[in-house]
Amino acid sequence: MQFMLLFSRQGKLRLQKWYVPLSDKERKKISRDLVQTILARKPKMCSFLEWRDLKIVYKRYASLYFCCAVEDQDNELITLEIIHRYVELLDKYFGSVCELDIIFNFEKAYFILDEFLLGGEAQETSKKNVLKAIEQADLLQEVCGLCPR
Amino acid sequence: MPAVSKGDGMRGLAVFISDIRNCKSKEAEIKRINKELANIRSKFKGDKALDGYSKKKYVCKLLFIFLLGHDIDFGHMEAVNLLSSNKYTEKQIGYLFISVLVNSNSELIRLINNAIKNDLSSRNPTFMCLALHCIANVGSREMAEAFAGEIPRILVAGDTMDSVKQSAALCLLRLYKASPDLVLMGEWTSRVVHLLNDQHMGVVTAAISLITCLSSKNPDEFKTCVSLAVSRLSRIVSSASTDLQDYTYYFVPAPWLSCKLLRLLQCYPPPEDGAVKGRLVECLETILNKAQEPPKSKKVQHSNAKNAILFEAISLIIHYDSEPNLLVRACNQLGQFLQHRETNLRYLALESMCTLASSEFSHEAVKTHIETVINALKTERDVSVRQRAADLLYAMCDRSNAKQIVAEMLSYLETADYSIREEMVLKVAILAEKYAVDYSWYVDTILNLIRIAGDYVSEEVWYRVIQIVINRDDVQGYAAKTVFEALQAPACHENMVKVGGYILGEFGNLIAGDPRSSPLVQFNLLHSKFHLCSVPTRALLLSAYIKFINLFPETKATIQEVLRSDSQIRNSDVELQQRAVEYLKLSSIASTDVLATVLEEMPPFPERESSILAKLKKKKGPGAVSVELEDGKERGECVNFNPKPQRTSTPSPSADLLGLRSTAPASGATPSAGSLLVDVFSEAGPSATSAGVNDDGFLRFVCKNNGVLFENQLLQIGIKSEYRQNLGRMYLFYGNKTSVQFVSFNTTLNVQTKTVEPLVEGGAQVQQVINIECLTDFIDAPLLNIKFRYGGALQNISLKLPVTINKFFQPTEMAAADFFQRWKQLSQPQQEAQKIFKASHGMDTEVLKAKLLGLGTALLENVDPNPENYVCAGVIQTKAQQVGCLLRLEPNAQAQMYRLTLRSSKDTVSQRVCDLLAEQF
Repeated sequence: MQFMLLFSRQGKLRLQKWYVPLSDKERKKISRDLVQTILARKPKMCSFLEWRDLKIVYKRYASLYFCCAVEDQDNELITLEIIHRYVELLDKYFGSVCELDIIFNFEKAYFILDEFLLGGEAQETSKKNVLKAIEQADLLQEVCGLCPR
Repeated sequence: MPAVSKGDGMRGLAVFISDIRNCKSKEAEIKRINKELANIRSKFKGDKALDGYSKKKYVCKLLFIFLLGHDIDFGHMEAVNLLSSNKYTEKQIGYLFISVLVNSNSELIRLINNAIKNDLSSRNPTFMCLALHCIANVGSREMAEAFAGEIPRILVAGDTMDSVKQSAALCLLRLYKASPDLVLMGEWTSRVVHLLNDQHMGVVTAAISLITCLSSKNPDEFKTCVSLAVSRLSRIVSSASTDLQDYTYYFVPAPWLSCKLLRLLQCYPPPEDGAVKGRLVECLETILNKAQEPPKSKKVQHSNAKNAILFEAISLIIHYDSEPNLLVRACNQLGQFLQHRETNLRYLALESMCTLASSEFSHEAVKTHIETVINALKTERDVSVRQRAADLLYAMCDRSNAKQIVAEMLSYLETADYSIREEMVLKVAILAEKYAVDYSWYVDTILNLIRIAGDYVSEEVWYRVIQIVINRDDVQGYAAKTVFEALQAPACHENMVKVGGYILGEFGNLIAGDPRSSPLVQFNLLHSKFHLCSVPTRALLLSAYIKFINLFPETKATIQEVLRSDSQIRNSDVELQQRAVEYLKLSSIASTDVLATVLEEMPPFPERESSILAKLKKKKGPGAVSVELEDGKERGECVNFNPKPQRTSTPSPSADLLGLRSTAPASGATPSAGSLLVDVFSEAGPSATSAGVNDDGFLRFVCKNNGVLFENQLLQIGIKSEYRQNLGRMYLFYGNKTSVQFVSFNTTLNVQTKTVEPLVEGGAQVQQVINIECLTDFIDAPLLNIKFRYGGALQNISLKLPVTINKFFQPTEMAAADFFQRWKQLSQPQQEAQKIFKASHGMDTEVLKAKLLGLGTALLENVDPNPENYVCAGVIQTKAQQVGCLLRLEPNAQAQMYRLTLRSSKDTVSQRVCDLLAEQF
């Protein structure tokens, strides 16, 4: 996977994760172009499209669009389910997640993503294991101050 | 999940985010942000040392501001401080900031790497994972240099926790992708491969991405993974849906891992070991069987996961292309999906079938679905699906169904989306040519194309129809008649006028017997379009007129009068004026015999691969066009068919039927034709061999780093090079193209190199690495002398190595104000070098940009007030000094000229860069 973007129906970026080195300027241009392209598509359309030399896989959940760019030989359907699994993880962690949770706790959204995908590849697909890792980290913050390294 | 710790109490952050959300306007938001930035700055600068919590909060706010799309130029140091905090959340936020806002400040990188090193050796798995995530997120070369040695050790160590192994595997993958030369698996290879056997499914899932990437680059070293992958796959495929516990996803066992296993197997040919192969075929059959079973859940996630595996299995079947039974089953399965109610599945089925169509085993099976696909082209509501249908029709086309498919594509073109018309036009043109049995059908099809979608018919398409008509005398009369009829339409496309002008000019005589298309009628028809056409078309028409004078002497007076009129002979366009004057003179002074010789019918064009195909390939990228021309001539060498050979020698882009100014393309194409015609398609055609020092390869590498430097019948020399600051590394690959070995192979460079192997086996390649350091600016390139014996004869080749001063550019981004300020500072006459020169290639914006970027400078947008111009900035790094360089390129499309200006702090640099770059356009 080359990058993942989350954006609202109004076109506001809520989360962006880049797995290939690109300049800030290029990132902004890509996000702008892609958000526009996807928002212009109608609801019943196919979830995949060719864009430059990449394949775009996207899906809308309530007010948020989740969009991944993968390479030519990557599998579109499994990417679609990567998105779904990430949504499930957020949902489970925040307890029926909504856009506001991601805005106010953006750092958590990044941490969860890092546990699930690393370097653009699935690191851990078990929901239990990912959540366990995050839970452990949350616990650490409570006690760590007490136990100097 | 209990609401333990969401947001972990950074109230200040929550308040700030709320404030931003409450802003009514963009201005208010910016105001609020600036206020906050000022506040944070003063806190960071303040005398009072901040506690960890405040630092974390402010760093988090900066991050939020950055993610809103604003620039952040401070706070890095505070974030780095957080890395060594003993509070986990502070450390975590520090790492997040570093991952998102990477900074190339070397002092900071040293500190970051130190913190990472500490965490990696902490033996605390949570800290180790954080550090590994950071490396994987940043993935820079500096990090690879620091950690590429350590991470494989962590990955395979027996006492490493599973979660750390997972992170280490993907971290290594990211480093390998970014800096493959720094990640050396060597001794670890077999232990990494054996991670496929790991008990923990998460470890396998993560490790397999690494193994797949490494296998695709070094298949031989990793080939033991094939049998391991097959047995792992077989265990998953045959497991019950509950066996794998949390790795089962909506009743599908381990879908991600299954897909990755199937993907890994696509790096290799079918297994040679019969038992392994049998087991694999069994897996593939099971996957195909499962597709027919009733779904275990109605959820779309279930069917997506199941079908993801199915499509990956089909990809593998297509990759092997050796099991007719599986190929046909795959095709039937996809056929079912073509009618599925899920748009996604229809899309993927169309896409996947495209590759099946090119296999000899399944081509016929694919063809049976033609009606469904045509229907998809007509009725799908989503343009991307229609596009796939068009692709598939193209792929399944052969002699038996060409007429039907071309007709359907033509009728679709009338309503097709603008975004795909050009591609459709190319495809129709290619199919019509490839499967034309009678050429009148071909001519009809192309003229229809022009009629329906004239705007999208590129030069290549109408050049090609003319080429074919010229070369086949059985179709010339028909072509003249059809084009004459097409021109009767009151509004016809300019491309039709071009084709009409050319064909009537050559073959109008074949229909002149009919009084309805007598010479004068033909002329009047063409001339009625003249004033509506652009300059190049008018130029072409003028040439058609002079050809008429030769074909039909009775039109001479009429045409001479037209040529003599002020609007021609005094035309403000120099090309038109020149043609009018010359043609008028030619027609009045030359004898009939001379006229007949000069204006003779065009000789047949040399047979070439269609340039249309090349254009389509270029449009779709390599590999996308699976169908080759059936009677495919020399592949790879696609010379642009060009009926106007003088284009490269005069600046005017006008078509010329006569070829008076240069050699007309004769039937026995001269060897020089290849270099005369600009080859717009091939990236780097092998340059001709020449005695003495070979220079032309050298100039082709000013704006790029990799490619073929030299090639003759015996030897090919490829180059890969990379540069950083004032250092460079160049890999030279000497390939022996013969089947005989080269002995006493030896290369000398007027600088030092490591020696190469003295023997190069037939068909083999040897590699040589050269490390380069730029001490000061320079003009002369290093000379490479290559000597070897080939069957007794001593060969001696001298080459300039393409090391040029611009390779040591570091791009510099700057705003318009900065640029102009520096430009003014460099205003002494010796600091500037300027050249004005003619364009020797096309002036396509994207190509220009790519070249300027290839030069190594940063291309600055919105700096020059004239958007047509390009400005760039960069710093040349030499050991002695750094030389700042500014560049401005002003194209003038009308005159086909450029003005190039270089300013730098050193006169020799300005001059050298200017000289080098001026040769590139």
